[in-house]
Amino acid sequence: MTQNYIQFTKEMKKTHTILVPNMLPTHFKIVMKVLDGYGYKSELLETSGPEITELGLKYVHNDTCYPALLVIGQFLDAIINRGHDPHKVALILFQTGGGCRASNYISLLRKALKKAGYGYVPVIPLAFNALEKHPGFSLSPGIIYKMIFATVFGDIIANLANQCRPYEIYKGDTEKVVEECTADIISRIQKDKLFFMKSKRAFSDIAKAFAKIPLNRVPKVKVGIVGEIFVKYSPLGNNNLEKFLMSEDCEVVCPGIIDFFLYCIYASISDYKLYGMKKKMQPMFRIMYKGFKGMQSQLREAIAEVGGFDVPPEFEHIKSLAEEYLSTGAQMGEGWLLPAEMLELSERGVNNIVCTQPFGCLPNHIFGKGMMKPLKDKNPNINIVAIDYDPGATKVNQENRIKLMLSNAKKMC
Amino acid sequence: MNYSLGIDVGSTTAKAVLIDETGKILYETYERHFSKVIEKCGELLSAAYKILGQDCEVSFAVSGSAGLGISEAIGVPFIQEVASESEVVKHHAPDTSCIIELGGEDAKIIFLEGGTDERMNGTCAGGTGAFIDQMATLLNVTTEELDTLSLGADKIYPVASRCGVFAKTDIQPLINQGARKEDIAKSIFQAVVNQTIAGLAQGRAIKGKVMFLGGPLSFCEGLRLCFKETLKLSDENAIFPSYARISVALGAAYYASTTDFKCSIVELIERIKTAKLPSASLSLPPLFENEEDYRNFCIRHNKATVPECDIKSYKGNAYLGIDCGSTTTKLVLISDKKDILYSYYSSNKGNPVDVVKNCLTEIYNLCGDKINICGSAVTGYGEELIKNAFSIDYGLVETIAHFTAAKHFKKDVDFILDIGGQDIKCFKIHNGAIDSIMLNEACSSGCGSFLETFAKSLGFSAEEFAKKGIFAKNPVNLGSRCTVFMNSSVKQAQKEGATVEDISSGLAISVVKNAVYKVIRASSADELGENIVVQGGTFYNDAVLCAFEKELGRNVVRPAISGLMGAYGAALYSMKGESSSIISPSDLESFSHEATPRTCKGCTNNCQLTINTFRDGRKFISGNQCEKGAGKVQTENVPNLYEFKRNALLTNNYAKPTGKKMGLPLALGMYELLPLWNTIFGELGFEIVISPMSTRRIYEKGQFSIPSDTACYPAKLMHGHIMQLLSEGVDAIFYPCLTYNINEKLSDNHYNCPVVAYYSELLNGNMEDLQKTKFLFPYLNINSMKELTKGLYSYLNEKLGTFTKDEIKRAIKLGFKALSDYRESVKKEGVRAIEHARKNGKDIMILAGRPYHTDSLICHGIDKLAQTLGFIVVSEDALPLPEKKPDVHVLNQWTYHARLYNAAQYACENSDMELVQLVSFGCGVDAITTDEVRSILESNGKLYTQIKIDEITNPGAVKIRLRSLMGAMKEKGK
Repeated sequence: MTQNYIQFTKEMKKTHTILVPNMLPTHFKIVMKVLDGYGYKSELLETSGPEITELGLKYVHNDTCYPALLVIGQFLDAIINRGHDPHKVALILFQTGGGCRASNYISLLRKALKKAGYGYVPVIPLAFNALEKHPGFSLSPGIIYKMIFATVFGDIIANLANQCRPYEIYKGDTEKVVEECTADIISRIQKDKLFFMKSKRAFSDIAKAFAKIPLNRVPKVKVGIVGEIFVKYSPLGNNNLEKFLMSEDCEVVCPGIIDFFLYCIYASISDYKLYGMKKKMQPMFRIMYKGFKGMQSQLREAIAEVGGFDVPPEFEHIKSLAEEYLSTGAQMGEGWLLPAEMLELSERGVNNIVCTQPFGCLPNHIFGKGMMKPLKDKNPNINIVAIDYDPGATKVNQENRIKLMLSNAKKMC
Repeated sequence: MNYSLGIDVGSTTAKAVLIDETGKILYETYERHFSKVIEKCGELLSAAYKILGQDCEVSFAVSGSAGLGISEAIGVPFIQEVASESEVVKHHAPDTSCIIELGGEDAKIIFLEGGTDERMNGTCAGGTGAFIDQMATLLNVTTEELDTLSLGADKIYPVASRCGVFAKTDIQPLINQGARKEDIAKSIFQAVVNQTIAGLAQGRAIKGKVMFLGGPLSFCEGLRLCFKETLKLSDENAIFPSYARISVALGAAYYASTTDFKCSIVELIERIKTAKLPSASLSLPPLFENEEDYRNFCIRHNKATVPECDIKSYKGNAYLGIDCGSTTTKLVLISDKKDILYSYYSSNKGNPVDVVKNCLTEIYNLCGDKINICGSAVTGYGEELIKNAFSIDYGLVETIAHFTAAKHFKKDVDFILDIGGQDIKCFKIHNGAIDSIMLNEACSSGCGSFLETFAKSLGFSAEEFAKKGIFAKNPVNLGSRCTVFMNSSVKQAQKEGATVEDISSGLAISVVKNAVYKVIRASSADELGENIVVQGGTFYNDAVLCAFEKELGRNVVRPAISGLMGAYGAALYSMKGESSSIISPSDLESFSHEATPRTCKGCTNNCQLTINTFRDGRKFISGNQCEKGAGKVQTENVPNLYEFKRNALLTNNYAKPTGKKMGLPLALGMYELLPLWNTIFGELGFEIVISPMSTRRIYEKGQFSIPSDTACYPAKLMHGHIMQLLSEGVDAIFYPCLTYNINEKLSDNHYNCPVVAYYSELLNGNMEDLQKTKFLFPYLNINSMKELTKGLYSYLNEKLGTFTKDEIKRAIKLGFKALSDYRESVKKEGVRAIEHARKNGKDIMILAGRPYHTDSLICHGIDKLAQTLGFIVVSEDALPLPEKKPDVHVLNQWTYHARLYNAAQYACENSDMELVQLVSFGCGVDAITTDEVRSILESNGKLYTQIKIDEITNPGAVKIRLRSLMGAMKEKGK
């Protein structure tokens, strides 16, 4: 690609605030603090509102996927409407590769910035295969490793919080533990040089902290959330879906981001297995694969140890569930992982599932809507509702459809 | 006595049912609520109170899309409408296996057997009741009349069923071409039925007892018949209950009786009186601060007028312009000083020929002998029909007509935006020539008439409704996407208690945003131009005009004859003539016209033709995609790459029976790789069956199994091709999964799009009929002989029996040879076509899309249309490499995309070429390519034309584009 991009220079590290889109609120808070520990200034954009969509519509092709529109709209909103000095900010965007058009987010963001007159704002892609050089943002393997860890800690906190919140006896207990654990884990990662050796203990301490929350486990309808990675997690993208489900007296079950990481790494392993491609890189992919799986098992063990909580599944297990329905070579977007997560949820009794997708999402035609029939054929109890998210889709329609799914769910229990 | 009351408040209507403890219905009602949800609810409660005769405790529950807000506001139980219907079934017909319910904007199927499975229409599948209303308005009949008409039909036209907007695009040309209203009416109902079955059942069979509920099904007999016929239901299995339209309210009443909630009805009435729905949270600033503001606005705009001249006193030459648009017909007669002598603007009432005839009669009467019509011109959708019917002198493309008129008002106009009833057109003027033309895509069309339909549904005329919008205090933010989405945004606003004023003004703003962001895709006013002229009937609405100026932040010119600009432009255009061939007054007197439908058998496209016969025996054929249907001779044998590829691909060297039949579906990626797979399996000893070019019939064969109806048309066609192959008794079907396409070394990577790559997984999961055969869809690497051999060897031996590695290797080698031969032949034909064009002085059109756009159904005969207009058609994969690498600002990692970028670059390097990009509706990756292709072309001073294609056929709109492009090229060439 003959593309010139604005570099994030060493000077900018001192002067610029890095803005982060609101995709995984719990996770990103930890990751960013870790970064800040290395002298960066970052800020999570927790904004919402119609101006964001409007700016997105204005500067991005309207047929582009909704997540791109929102993320870009949110950045522009921060600069245009919320007083961020455009000369003092940089933007960071998580970027996956592959045949889905989502791999173009960075290009689209730069295009939009240029169109809006902010072409000079540096954009840093956070990707597995970063091709660009940003002197002010060259992360050592150590920092990257810590950031990944931070994300996985986000997973365990989000997971356990979801399992406690609906049942807590004293309102607010869970939130308090979330905050304490977040602060605690940040300081451990930042301060403890030997942190990597002690990660197991950190997982375990988090699990213990949640186990102490007094709960009243009245039976509640469990609802799984799966779908396109952005609208699945981001409250901005899914109109506060988790909150809505909570208000409907449900327990939210949201599979973690670590499975998505593993899925991405596995895609490269599968390219070799199926097509004989990327041969030289295989040892590296295998090490990464093993590393992530190691973190996942630490997370699982910690939860199992304290008892009383559902333990999230192992990646290999999820993968084996998918293989009954489709090839794990199907790897664009969320690929085979999407039906696999639905199967896994159903297997542990979470039969009510909201499948979130941006309107017109290409991979979701195949892996979301396209897999519902075979899934339902073999699992008659599964109760899935597919919800489209889009600048024009209204909350009332979405909620009505979810309510339909819930009335079904309540009938079944 | 215990009483139970259920109220269902939907998007357009409110229903109430009061029952006693024996289940006897004491009171039922079904009324439109005109957005006044709270008031209506109060009325219904009061009515129930009257029936009861005294205050007493009642069980009460509400349901419906607007019911949720009410339940929260007055603290009563709510039941989701589908759950409510299940209650009804439980009480009345427990052996029902399936419910089909059509409401104002919702469509639902509930399967009750084998685990309840409830499906509602998605965000895109437009309303049904509202849709039928909209269609009735379009035909200028009431819904009841539409129903009666449908019973007299003897022909069904294919009408796209996905969403209302699409259907409208199909129906409009039928109306313009003079098809019988009876047939259109039935086609509309059939479209609703197809949509329900294809869109909601998605492959699950509808059988057993089916109960039909909801308003439209209880009112429209024709619709009921369509359902019964299509589903092949016996009389006892099709239940059309008497309570169909109030079923949800009835279910709510049943449900209420099971809850603990009881309340005095008087108190309920009190509660609703004081109830407040949360105010519209998404409101926008008002359009005008105060009356003064509005007055100044009016004064400013009133300056752009054309003098009128009294036709009674005028003597001399006159010129006639006719604009026969999609929903309205406009006529203007001007003097030789360009003053207006006569004008007419009205809905064409489904029959533009009659409208024009009446107008002409009036004009002739007014003119008498003192005025001499020296020229006449017609433009718009009905151009050809009117031109033929009345012997009009000139036919001109709409864009030219509008430009001609706009120039009259503002000499240096550089941007024209026209929002008409059905379409939005806008174009930039550069150096006195039309530069880039943007028309709305099928998805966002109909904005002007949308306002009108909406006004009517709320009980206002279009003018009244527009007036209401001007002084709205909190215009509702309704988004800018498609009208169907606006419908549901309005629903939300209604739920939140927005006033009609706020909705009117919100809709006006939406229409503007839709035009600016969706059609023009502008990010600032500077991009449009300095001197903007707006026109089209929709701009008569001051709210729309003001919203537009506000959105752009600058003043624009709206000629007072905003709605007549096309006709005025045509009249100006016709001034170049000296005498006119227009129908004489005496001929006009005896003029009559009849339209009969016919299907063209000229090729596999099977165009729906309408034969218009005029009294003097002349005939005019419309609806044809190419000249063949019009009975004209085929153009000389000139190169056409699309035709060439179609012929080349259908050559099958392995059609001889061998006892083993391998089916190859000719869709998606197969359109390019067919020679490879054909040869490989042929050489391995199979008889190859290739599915034919797509036809509407093939599409319908597989339509029932499509799980995602917003996927692109080429993908959806795949289902039909599979069914076609199955009907030919193949032993196996092959369509591989290819994450990576052929690496042509033109891009950073060489992916397929997710749909092309993995559609087999979807087919495998959703088409039960595939169980009847072996469906082969291995994951293969087609860039390496070794890997392909390895992959195919292990897969085939597992699935089909023994092949040796050498056999497979040999077959693959020959396969690659066949593929490269084919690609070579395409390139060679490309060179020949270019040479032919240059020798004969013709313009070259690069019709750039993807390989599967070659399909005659997918490309809707656009290649042939371009040919008829005089272009030599070349495809994007037939061009030599450009000299310079295209400047691409996005990830260039799809094989097919790289070709598009190269083709655009090549067009820039050759002055006799224009590029037209074909884009499938719903193609996500093309959201990226279109912007890039445009920027490559425009940065080199080339025109960019895009044609979005889907299952709809609208040759009229395509023609406008291509003709405008030609006009622009001509202007540029000068």
